[in-house]
Amino acid sequence: MPVPGPLTAAHSTVTETPVITTTGLTKVYRSRGREVTALDGVDLHVREGEVYGVVGQSGAGKSTLIRCVNLLERPSSGTVTVAGQDLTALAGRGNRAGAELRKARSRIGMVFQHFNLLSSRTVQSNIELPLEILGVSGKERERKALELLDLVGLADKAKAYPGQLSGGQKQRVGIARALAGDPKVLLSDESTSALDPETTRSILQLLRDLNQQLGLTVLLITHEMEVVKTICDSAALMKGGRVVESGTVSELLATPGSELAAELFPVGGEPSGPDRTVVDVTFHGDAATQPVISQLSRTYNIDISILGAAMDTVCGKQVGRMRIELPGRFEENVVPIGFLREQGLQVDVADVNPAPAGALLKDGAK
Amino acid sequence: MTWAEMQPLLRDASLDTLFMVWWSTLYTILGGLPLGILLVLTDRGGLLQNTVVNKAVGVVVNLGRSLPFIVLMVWLIPFSRFVVGTSIGPSAAVVALAIGAIPFFARLVETALREVDHGLVEAVQSMGGGTWTVIFKVLLPQALPSVIAGLTTTVIALIGYSAMAGAVGGGGLGNLAIVYGYQRSETGLMNITIVLLIVIVTAVQLAGDLAVRTLARRGGRQAAPVGLRRLWTPARPAPKPAATVPAQAEAPEAVKSS
Repeated sequence: MPVPGPLTAAHSTVTETPVITTTGLTKVYRSRGREVTALDGVDLHVREGEVYGVVGQSGAGKSTLIRCVNLLERPSSGTVTVAGQDLTALAGRGNRAGAELRKARSRIGMVFQHFNLLSSRTVQSNIELPLEILGVSGKERERKALELLDLVGLADKAKAYPGQLSGGQKQRVGIARALAGDPKVLLSDESTSALDPETTRSILQLLRDLNQQLGLTVLLITHEMEVVKTICDSAALMKGGRVVESGTVSELLATPGSELAAELFPVGGEPSGPDRTVVDVTFHGDAATQPVISQLSRTYNIDISILGAAMDTVCGKQVGRMRIELPGRFEENVVPIGFLREQGLQVDVADVNPAPAGALLKDGAK
Repeated sequence: MTWAEMQPLLRDASLDTLFMVWWSTLYTILGGLPLGILLVLTDRGGLLQNTVVNKAVGVVVNLGRSLPFIVLMVWLIPFSRFVVGTSIGPSAAVVALAIGAIPFFARLVETALREVDHGLVEAVQSMGGGTWTVIFKVLLPQALPSVIAGLTTTVIALIGYSAMAGAVGGGGLGNLAIVYGYQRSETGLMNITIVLLIVIVTAVQLAGDLAVRTLARRGGRQAAPVGLRRLWTPARPAPKPAATVPAQAEAPEAVKSS
């Protein structure tokens, strides 16, 4: 297994070809005369080669959404297109999946929160299962299974049973199994939510490596912002069955008042006294690589305190938000703020004195 | 009655009992397993959800289970004659035994299959597996220990039922105990019969437990000691009961709930 490259190469595999597209996806559950709308007209566009994260609280409809993508759940209306194939057209009526839909599913890998490995089969035999379904011969199955085990770093566990593995190892087997049918698309349904933070990181790293090496498109749902921060190129926020925000992580950061950006990079901090100007600076794109704050300090000879900051490397770019404090009222700081804007940064003046922190005066400079 | 007189009687009766239990078990599996699978698949939220079929099969199964076995056997006399050509003897008893045990076993199979995690079914569906794949690659292999435990219970029930086969001239150990022990007051013969029945039942239970334990251990899980070893294994300070007790702990529960 090659050494994973630096994360700066992250965007290299993303193309503009859409791989997963949903239009007007709606799912209504009916039980005992009551109707519950789990999905309410969801439009999702996942490009080839990207890692796309859908976040939201439980009950927001994320799980229903990902299960609608391979039609484990039949949408009430709307269409799902995966790799140019309209799956909803293959669905037919009733709950049984026809041969064509089953064939299409075999080209979409899926990883689950609780791994869903068969405890009665060995690790190798679990990975062979999708190949058995595809009708691959015994020798070929074994070759492929061992190759995949090597890929996920479990070459020595082929004959073990899932009950003998740790959570992280089980998920690696789950990923190897999902890859057995050479899918173009991998769906991950809270695949790291049952794992501890360190194991989560290693599983995410594996998903990132697979995304890079195989050009695999990954659609993942999660309730952990950390996951999106670590590996996602794009993200969508779901609330009450709707997608309320979506875009690449840089786009989201560049959107003033983006809830997702604020959740990804939460900043707080109170001004140290009266007559101070508190400014939230959002880094996205190239400016993030320059030492802007020290330049500002030197150019205008002012003392800047950093009240809070959330900076990270997202997809190889330095992104994040920082809350800084400039001495003097806002009127005295128009020029330094203008300087920051010239550097390509997004600047919001935070109105933290009378109101609670976080309430932003959008475009307060105007 | 001397031992020399008893011996042929006991031998014939034992062979009759084994004959009846063996064949009725075979037909019970052939009939009960598909019925149990059908009950699970056609249930609400099942792969082949079909309320009409589910209700119909459920009613037939309940009917079969609500009849006392002795009544069922007499009621089935015409049917036995139609199937095996005679209404008396062990062959006729096999028909009644199988029909009596099929609904019982079907319910045990149903319970065992319901315990299979639905996530596994979903995983196989996401790989493109159809209904047959789900049955043969997921439901049956995963539920096998529970199904075997249920089968053990069924076989032991069949041994008990076979004692009533005397009512249709089926012979067997139970019949021998009634005819000689009760009607002719041959207490010695009756006691030997009882010992033989205990030996057979214990052997079946041990074999079943062993199979369940071997299958459970295959999954890398820690199994509780089985059969006689339970008796001389000192009570340990409850090592995580919920996590370590696997499939066979479900067997008694399955019997109750069926």
